[in-house]
Amino acid sequence: MKIKLFYFARLKETLKYSTEDLELPDDALTILKLKSVLAKRGDVWGQMLMGKLKVRAAINHELVDDKAVINDGDEVAFFPPVTGG
Amino acid sequence: MTVRVQTADFDIGVEINQLRQARKDIGAVVSFVGLVRDLNDGDIVSQLTLEHYPGMTEKSLAAIIQQAKSRWNIMDALIVHRVGTLQPSDQIVLVIVTSAHRGDAFSACEFMMDYLKTEAPFWKKEANSAGEHWVEAKSADDTARDRWSIEE
Repeated sequence: MKIKLFYFARLKETLKYSTEDLELPDDALTILKLKSVLAKRGDVWGQMLMGKLKVRAAINHELVDDKAVINDGDEVAFFPPVTGG
Repeated sequence: MTVRVQTADFDIGVEINQLRQARKDIGAVVSFVGLVRDLNDGDIVSQLTLEHYPGMTEKSLAAIIQQAKSRWNIMDALIVHRVGTLQPSDQIVLVIVTSAHRGDAFSACEFMMDYLKTEAPFWKKEANSAGEHWVEAKSADDTARDRWSIEE
Protein backbone atom coordinates (compact mmCIF):
# COMPACT_ATOMS: atom_id res chain seq x y z
CA MET A 1 0.00 0.00 0.00
CA LYS A 2 0.97 3.59 -0.51
CA ILE A 3 0.70 6.29 2.10
CA LYS A 4 1.68 9.94 2.34
CA LEU A 5 3.60 11.03 5.41
CA PHE A 6 3.98 14.48 6.96
CA TYR A 7 6.24 15.64 9.78
CA PHE A 8 5.91 18.89 11.70
CA ALA A 9 7.82 21.16 14.07
CA ARG A 10 10.72 19.48 15.93
CA LEU A 11 10.24 16.23 14.01
CA LYS A 12 10.40 17.95 10.63
CA GLU A 13 13.52 19.84 11.65
CA THR A 14 15.39 16.91 13.17
CA LEU A 15 14.42 14.30 10.57
CA LYS A 16 15.01 16.81 7.77
CA TYR A 17 11.80 15.64 6.12
CA SER A 18 8.55 17.52 5.79
CA THR A 19 6.76 14.98 3.62
CA GLU A 20 7.37 11.69 1.82
CA ASP A 21 5.49 9.00 -0.09
CA LEU A 22 5.99 5.54 1.31
CA GLU A 23 5.28 2.13 -0.20
CA LEU A 24 4.70 -0.59 2.39
CA PRO A 25 3.69 -4.26 2.45
CA ASP A 26 -0.07 -4.72 2.57
CA ASP A 27 -0.10 -6.21 6.09
CA ALA A 28 -2.23 -4.65 8.78
CA LEU A 29 -0.38 -1.49 9.68
CA THR A 30 -0.94 0.46 12.87
CA ILE A 31 0.60 3.77 13.90
CA LEU A 32 2.84 1.92 16.35
CA LYS A 33 4.03 -0.48 13.63
CA LEU A 34 4.72 2.39 11.25
CA LYS A 35 6.74 4.17 13.94
CA SER A 36 8.86 1.05 14.49
CA VAL A 37 9.41 0.68 10.72
CA LEU A 38 10.56 4.31 10.47
CA ALA A 39 12.68 4.02 13.64
CA LYS A 40 14.77 1.35 11.86
CA ARG A 41 16.15 4.09 9.61
CA GLY A 42 18.42 4.68 12.58
CA ASP A 43 19.65 7.37 14.90
CA VAL A 44 17.40 10.42 14.97
CA TRP A 45 14.48 8.41 13.57
CA GLY A 46 14.50 6.11 16.58
CA GLN A 47 15.01 9.01 18.98
CA MET A 48 12.20 11.07 17.47
CA LEU A 49 9.57 8.34 16.96
CA MET A 50 10.27 5.67 19.60
CA GLY A 51 12.25 7.67 22.17
CA LYS A 52 11.32 9.63 25.27
CA LEU A 53 9.71 12.52 23.42
CA LYS A 54 5.96 12.50 23.12
CA VAL A 55 4.79 12.09 19.55
CA ARG A 56 1.23 12.58 18.40
CA ALA A 57 -0.16 11.10 15.21
CA ALA A 58 -2.97 11.92 12.81
CA ILE A 59 -4.57 9.87 10.05
CA ASN A 60 -6.39 11.90 7.40
CA HIS A 61 -6.37 14.98 9.68
CA GLU A 62 -7.84 13.17 12.72
CA LEU A 63 -5.81 12.74 15.92
CA VAL A 64 -5.32 9.02 16.60
CA ASP A 65 -3.51 6.78 19.08
CA ASP A 66 -0.88 4.07 18.51
CA LYS A 67 -3.48 1.36 17.84
CA ALA A 68 -5.11 3.17 14.90
CA VAL A 69 -5.04 1.23 11.62
CA ILE A 70 -3.58 2.82 8.48
CA ASN A 71 -5.13 2.07 5.08
CA ASP A 72 -3.96 2.42 1.49
CA GLY A 73 -3.97 6.05 0.37
CA ASP A 74 -4.07 7.49 3.90
CA GLU A 75 -2.33 10.71 4.88
CA VAL A 76 -0.40 10.11 8.10
CA ALA A 77 1.28 12.84 10.16
CA PHE A 78 3.65 12.79 13.13
CA PHE A 79 4.20 15.82 15.34
CA PRO A 80 4.97 16.90 18.92
CA PRO A 81 2.20 17.86 21.39
CA VAL A 82 0.64 21.09 20.15
CA THR A 83 1.51 24.53 21.55
CA GLY A 84 -0.76 27.04 19.82
CA GLY A 85 -2.94 29.80 21.22
CA MET B 1 -19.08 30.08 11.92
CA THR B 2 -15.69 31.18 10.64
CA VAL B 3 -12.20 29.75 10.95
CA ARG B 4 -9.11 31.45 9.54
CA VAL B 5 -5.39 30.70 9.74
CA GLN B 6 -3.38 33.63 8.42
CA THR B 7 -0.08 35.47 8.60
CA ALA B 8 -1.78 38.88 8.59
CA ASP B 9 -2.85 40.71 11.74
CA PHE B 10 -6.54 41.05 12.65
CA ASP B 11 -8.79 43.86 13.87
CA ILE B 12 -11.11 42.75 16.65
CA GLY B 13 -13.54 45.64 16.01
CA VAL B 14 -13.97 44.72 12.36
CA GLU B 15 -14.45 41.05 13.22
CA ILE B 16 -17.06 41.74 15.93
CA ASN B 17 -19.02 44.04 13.61
CA GLN B 18 -19.02 41.40 10.91
CA LEU B 19 -20.31 38.75 13.30
CA ARG B 20 -23.07 41.05 14.58
CA GLN B 21 -24.14 42.22 11.14
CA ALA B 22 -27.83 41.89 10.33
CA ARG B 23 -28.67 40.16 13.60
CA LYS B 24 -30.74 41.81 16.29
CA ASP B 25 -31.16 38.78 18.53
CA ILE B 26 -27.57 38.87 19.84
CA GLY B 27 -27.43 39.91 23.48
CA ALA B 28 -23.81 39.09 24.26
CA VAL B 29 -20.44 39.16 22.53
CA VAL B 30 -17.46 37.61 24.31
CA SER B 31 -13.98 37.77 22.82
CA PHE B 32 -10.48 36.61 23.69
CA VAL B 33 -7.24 37.90 22.19
CA GLY B 34 -3.95 36.10 22.83
CA LEU B 35 -0.73 38.12 22.60
CA VAL B 36 2.99 37.32 22.34
CA ARG B 37 4.63 38.04 25.71
CA ASP B 38 8.18 39.36 25.87
CA LEU B 39 9.00 37.11 28.82
CA ASN B 40 8.58 33.31 28.97
CA ASP B 41 10.02 31.06 31.70
CA GLY B 42 12.35 33.88 32.76
CA ASP B 43 13.82 34.52 29.32
CA ILE B 44 13.34 37.57 27.12
CA VAL B 45 11.58 36.46 23.96
CA SER B 46 12.72 38.29 20.87
CA GLN B 47 10.58 36.46 18.33
CA LEU B 48 8.00 33.70 17.98
CA THR B 49 7.46 31.53 14.90
CA LEU B 50 4.26 29.57 14.51
CA GLU B 51 3.88 26.51 12.32
CA HIS B 52 0.65 24.66 11.52
CA TYR B 53 -0.68 21.66 9.58
CA PRO B 54 -2.62 23.13 6.64
CA GLY B 55 -5.92 21.33 6.28
CA MET B 56 -5.95 19.60 9.65
CA THR B 57 -5.62 22.83 11.63
CA GLU B 58 -8.67 24.40 9.97
CA LYS B 59 -10.70 21.18 10.43
CA SER B 60 -9.72 20.96 14.06
CA LEU B 61 -10.71 24.60 14.74
CA ALA B 62 -14.07 24.03 12.99
CA ALA B 63 -14.60 20.90 15.13
CA ILE B 64 -13.91 22.93 18.29
CA ILE B 65 -16.62 25.45 17.30
CA GLN B 66 -19.03 22.58 16.56
CA GLN B 67 -18.40 21.11 20.01
CA ALA B 68 -19.02 24.48 21.64
CA LYS B 69 -22.24 24.84 19.64
CA SER B 70 -23.47 21.47 20.82
CA ARG B 71 -22.78 22.31 24.48
CA TRP B 72 -23.92 25.92 24.75
CA ASN B 73 -26.65 28.02 23.30
CA ILE B 74 -24.48 30.21 21.09
CA MET B 75 -25.34 31.89 17.82
CA ASP B 76 -22.07 32.26 16.04
CA ALA B 77 -18.34 31.90 16.64
CA LEU B 78 -15.11 32.89 14.97
CA ILE B 79 -11.52 31.75 15.42
CA VAL B 80 -8.59 33.55 13.79
CA HIS B 81 -5.09 32.18 14.43
CA ARG B 82 -1.92 33.69 13.07
CA VAL B 83 1.10 31.74 11.80
CA GLY B 84 4.56 32.79 10.69
CA THR B 85 6.93 35.08 12.55
CA LEU B 86 5.58 37.31 15.34
CA GLN B 87 7.13 39.84 17.73
CA PRO B 88 6.37 40.53 21.42
CA SER B 89 3.00 42.28 21.87
CA ASP B 90 1.74 41.00 18.49
CA GLN B 91 -1.72 39.43 18.45
CA ILE B 92 -1.68 35.64 17.94
CA VAL B 93 -5.21 34.37 18.36
CA LEU B 94 -8.75 35.71 18.39
CA VAL B 95 -11.91 33.92 19.54
CA ILE B 96 -15.32 35.63 19.38
CA VAL B 97 -18.62 34.11 20.47
CA THR B 98 -22.11 35.60 20.17
CA SER B 99 -25.19 34.46 22.07
CA ALA B 100 -28.46 35.72 23.49
CA HIS B 101 -27.16 35.76 27.07
CA ARG B 102 -23.66 36.22 28.49
CA GLY B 103 -23.33 32.91 30.35
CA ASP B 104 -23.23 30.77 27.23
CA ALA B 105 -20.82 33.09 25.42
CA PHE B 106 -18.39 33.28 28.38
CA SER B 107 -18.29 29.51 28.83
CA ALA B 108 -18.06 28.70 25.12
CA CYS B 109 -15.22 31.18 24.59
CA GLU B 110 -13.14 29.73 27.43
CA PHE B 111 -13.89 26.17 26.32
CA MET B 112 -12.78 26.96 22.77
CA MET B 113 -9.48 28.46 23.93
CA ASP B 114 -8.76 25.51 26.24
CA TYR B 115 -9.42 23.05 23.41
CA LEU B 116 -7.47 25.09 20.87
CA LYS B 117 -4.39 25.07 23.11
CA THR B 118 -4.40 21.28 23.42
CA GLU B 119 -6.01 19.95 20.21
CA ALA B 120 -5.32 22.29 17.29
CA PRO B 121 -2.08 21.53 15.43
CA PHE B 122 0.03 24.65 15.98
CA TRP B 123 3.63 24.69 17.19
CA LYS B 124 5.57 27.63 18.60
CA LYS B 125 9.27 28.20 18.21
CA GLU B 126 10.73 30.84 20.48
CA ALA B 127 13.85 32.90 19.92
CA ASN B 128 15.76 34.38 22.87
CA SER B 129 19.34 35.32 23.70
CA ALA B 130 20.28 31.60 23.83
CA GLY B 131 18.97 30.95 20.33
CA GLU B 132 15.86 29.22 19.03
CA HIS B 133 13.92 26.41 20.68
CA TRP B 134 10.55 24.69 20.32
CA VAL B 135 8.11 25.57 23.08
CA GLU B 136 7.16 22.53 25.21
CA ALA B 137 3.50 21.65 25.78
CA LYS B 138 2.33 22.43 29.32
CA SER B 139 0.42 19.94 31.46
CA ALA B 140 -1.52 22.90 32.92
CA ASP B 141 -3.11 23.30 29.48
CA ASP B 142 -4.27 19.66 29.54
CA THR B 143 -5.71 20.22 33.01
CA ALA B 144 -7.55 23.32 31.77
CA ARG B 145 -9.07 21.30 28.93
CA ASP B 146 -9.93 18.29 31.08
CA ARG B 147 -12.14 20.28 33.45
CA TRP B 148 -14.63 20.55 30.57
CA SER B 149 -14.98 16.79 30.21
CA ILE B 150 -18.52 15.63 30.81
CA GLU B 151 -18.96 13.04 33.56
CA GLU B 152 -20.81 10.06 32.09
